[in-house]
Amino acid sequence: MSNKPLIEVNGLSKYFDVNTGLFKSKKLKAVDNVSFSIKKGETLGLVGESGCGKTTVGRTILHLYNPTSGEIVYDGKKIKSKESIEEFRRHATMVFQDPYSSLNPRMTVSDIIGEPLDVHKLYSSKKEREEKILELMSHVGLNSEHASRYAHEFSGGQRQRIGIARSLAVNPDFIVCDEPVSALDVSIQAQVINMFEDLQDKMGLTYLFIAHDLLVVRHISDRIAVMYLGRMVELADASEIYDRPLHPYSKSLLSAVPVPDPKIARENKRIVLEGDIPSPLNAPSGCPFRTRCPYATEQCAASMPEFKEVEPGHFVACHRVGEIN
Amino acid sequence: MNKRPFSMQVDLDMFTPASDKEKEYLVKMRPSSTFFKDGVKRLIKNKIASISLLLVVIVALASIILPMFWPYSYDQQLGLQPGKPVDPSYNNLAPFEYGRTEMKLMEEGVEIFPHLFGTDALGRDYFIRVVYGTRISLAVGFFASIIVLLIGMTIGSIAGYMGGKVDLVIMRIVDIIYSLPDMLMVILLSSVLKVSLGPVIAGTVLEKIGSNIISLFIVFGVLYWVSMSRLIRGQILSLREQEYVLAARATGAKGSWIITKHLIPNSISVVIISTALQIPNAIFTESYLSFLGLGVNAPMPSLGSLASEALKGMSSYPHRLVIPAIVISIIVLSLNLLGDGLRDAFDPKLNG
Ligand SMILES: Nc1ncnc2c1ncn2[C@@H]1O[C@H](COP(=O)(O)OP(=O)(O)OP(=O)(O)O)[C@@H](O)[C@H]1O
Ligand code: SF4
Ligand SMILES: [Mg+2]
Repeated sequence: MSNKPLIEVNGLSKYFDVNTGLFKSKKLKAVDNVSFSIKKGETLGLVGESGCGKTTVGRTILHLYNPTSGEIVYDGKKIKSKESIEEFRRHATMVFQDPYSSLNPRMTVSDIIGEPLDVHKLYSSKKEREEKILELMSHVGLNSEHASRYAHEFSGGQRQRIGIARSLAVNPDFIVCDEPVSALDVSIQAQVINMFEDLQDKMGLTYLFIAHDLLVVRHISDRIAVMYLGRMVELADASEIYDRPLHPYSKSLLSAVPVPDPKIARENKRIVLEGDIPSPLNAPSGCPFRTRCPYATEQCAASMPEFKEVEPGHFVACHRVGEIN
Repeated sequence: MNKRPFSMQVDLDMFTPASDKEKEYLVKMRPSSTFFKDGVKRLIKNKIASISLLLVVIVALASIILPMFWPYSYDQQLGLQPGKPVDPSYNNLAPFEYGRTEMKLMEEGVEIFPHLFGTDALGRDYFIRVVYGTRISLAVGFFASIIVLLIGMTIGSIAGYMGGKVDLVIMRIVDIIYSLPDMLMVILLSSVLKVSLGPVIAGTVLEKIGSNIISLFIVFGVLYWVSMSRLIRGQILSLREQEYVLAARATGAKGSWIITKHLIPNSISVVIISTALQIPNAIFTESYLSFLGLGVNAPMPSLGSLASEALKGMSSYPHRLVIPAIVISIIVLSLNLLGDGLRDAFDPKLNG
């Protein structure tokens, strides 16, 4: 793992226009001013409740959505112009959340996996294409007999492997893994996550690994970022976040995780969240978490806390981070 | 395992890798089958649909092939011999009757092809007129549906693709057309067009087809594209959000690639099925317009105009009304049943 960041995300925002009436529309701040960087060979876990904007972060990085503001720097180059995006797409790919809708039901497995090869014309002969596809299939543990079958003939775990093979086809350096295991059984989750780790070791991949479940990311991540309502609230080494979460929201997420050791469980002060996550359409003023935060004060309603480095490598967005810990 | 301080709840060391034999057992799957093969299998299993398909094929083939070698033509007045006065004995023949000169020839031992359904009031062989009328009706139904498909597909994909305000405006227009009483509109439009179209197309190829058929196509194009465009818009809206389309975009695929590899293959069955279901609809409309005198131009017959002509002599020659009516019913019924069968076989989602 080198120290140079492979990808830097600076002040990324993505607002959607949502129709609220016949001719009225409102801005939905799905992602608001998010910054982070990922080093080469590193895995950054991105967690948060459903609807907090994780998928939007991943898709905006890959320019599947046009960023409203902010910039993405990959390998020292800004990704902005059409050419740079095209070039970027040969190095960065995505594994999608839903193993069912992410595979075209009218295409065979070999055509699905071969699609990036076809799009970028990464082969000189039919034979080479086939060899590449078979190699990709063996990387993810698929049998070569499966190549001519259709996606609907496979189980969820196998489908996700097909999706992973597709994301590996261009021989990328960076993969956005959007909740790749959420739709799978727990036993299969472990298999697939191990496969992600093996592939990372073998190919030197860099991951942005999205999950809504801390159990899943802590297994694979070097660092973990926590999102709430479109904003990043905490970012630190994985062990830091587990041992000493500083943001009240991260604390509450951790107390929701079942802890195997009852002693630790008792010592942990549990924070049980009350109320629902507010709609991103009318987010609270000031700190987005203040409606559910047990430590909220007037200052929290008045101004947005800055996302700042409170300890080396540990970023938190909370006004009262010094007092409550 | 330093990197994961809490470790997974599932202890991976407790699992042993599957042996080759076990793996073989797991990878055994049912024989591979494509979507198309599955659909055809389901269609053949459906008895009603298969019989309908057979009927449609027989009727269509007969209407194309029979006029080629039939000894009489649809507009030939049998009693009209060059240089001789009209022979009225050919008019209004009952099935298997012959005209006077034909009887004379038969007495001399010449074989005369029978008039299976007799002749009409002008002495034209009725069987070939029914066959020819069927051909016209089928052709009108087919082409009208193609027109509906083309217009509906264009407008529906524009609405689905552009979204936003364009979509809003188009869909409100669709709603308005949808709410018009269509029978009334069809009759009004075609009677206006029938009169005004004649001089416009005079002298062009279109004149051969006849102003009435053209106006029929226009009526279809103007009124019946709405449900097709709704359907296609819905298809595009739902397909556009599918993650495999996003995945293709994420690899850098261009619009044309996405359309040909993802959008068309996934919506083609729905589109074909609804076009097929449009055909009997169009045939039916053509028939009642012809019946009202707004259909094909004489002497060209269509099933509807044949029934309409037969109305005058209904009490003396009821078979002339019954025969085209039965043919219309057979065609419309079997096309509808076939369309339903296709839908069940190829698009189980559309059911209900
Ligand atoms: N194309 C879109 N148009 C409008 N709003 C959108 C769009 N995509 C996402 N949103 C909204 O943006 C917010 C964030 O959505 P996103 O899919 O990024 O959440 P997520 O964190 O990935 O959730 P999940 O865990 O359920 O996948 C949600 O409120 C969602 O409704
Ligand atoms: S800023 Fe205030 S409301 Fe927000 S997390 Fe910190 S204490 Fe809670
Ligand atoms: Mg998501």
